[in-house]
Amino acid sequence: MNTVPVEHGLLLAATLFGLGVLGVLVRRNVLFQLLSIEIMLNAASLAFIVAGARWRSADGQVMFLFILAMAAAEVSVGLALVLRFYHQRQTVDADAASKMRG
Amino acid sequence: MNVLFYVSSVIAVVSTVLVITQTHAVHALLYLVVSLLALATVFFAFGAPFAAALEVIVYAGAILVLFVFVMMLLNVGVAAIQDRRWLQPRSWIGPAVLVIVLSAELAYALAQHQIPSAAVTTVTPQAVGCALFGPYLLGVELASFLLLAGLVGAYHLGRHDARRRAEKRVES
Repeated sequence: MNTVPVEHGLLLAATLFGLGVLGVLVRRNVLFQLLSIEIMLNAASLAFIVAGARWRSADGQVMFLFILAMAAAEVSVGLALVLRFYHQRQTVDADAASKMRG
Repeated sequence: MNVLFYVSSVIAVVSTVLVITQTHAVHALLYLVVSLLALATVFFAFGAPFAAALEVIVYAGAILVLFVFVMMLLNVGVAAIQDRRWLQPRSWIGPAVLVIVLSAELAYALAQHQIPSAAVTTVTPQAVGCALFGPYLLGVELASFLLLAGLVGAYHLGRHDARRRAEKRVES
């Protein structure tokens, strides 16, 4: 039986999550930060899928569906905020939004 | 299934690294599509074909189209000039090579008749549906609330500008 070990799947999920965290921390472009958040959500859902495959149950894929719905809602609101931000400041630099009232 | 997993996980990691190191947003999006496709293959290797299909349809389809829309809205004026530069091979050769590797891998798996692999127990869409509308029914309702809230929020944020501009026009 040539199944993939669970550890390798979780290692891939951890690597992708770390890359997403790195992207949020390093990039100052708001769009890239949103992309990195997407990468992190993907890594989390990969961990759920791997765990669901390990215990042969559908719960992992159900959680994947919930994460998918959450990501869709998050991205729509986030991109609307990015558009507003760009119209106000004429930039997509996250450091430009350092004040609560502008 | 081992080959399927390892090759596509390497592709996923490489393209994700390229996503966060790109300077041009559209190039980063191209690499993100590749990364999502590779991740869908990984889902497939773990016996979750329904999740793999949804990953391609919803993530690589719908969510990335949203990103493309916003990027097109953000640089309206520059887009026309950039058209010529995008046609250069340097900007699309990287994602193209990764996708070719991915599809070669898919063709290999199809040729090996490994798709309904005996080694991996596949969780069918039917089982997922039964779990979703059985014990997780409350979660589905909450997800629908969340999506409605996202819709209303995005509509409100997008509409605000136009209304304020109209008010200003009325005042002046």
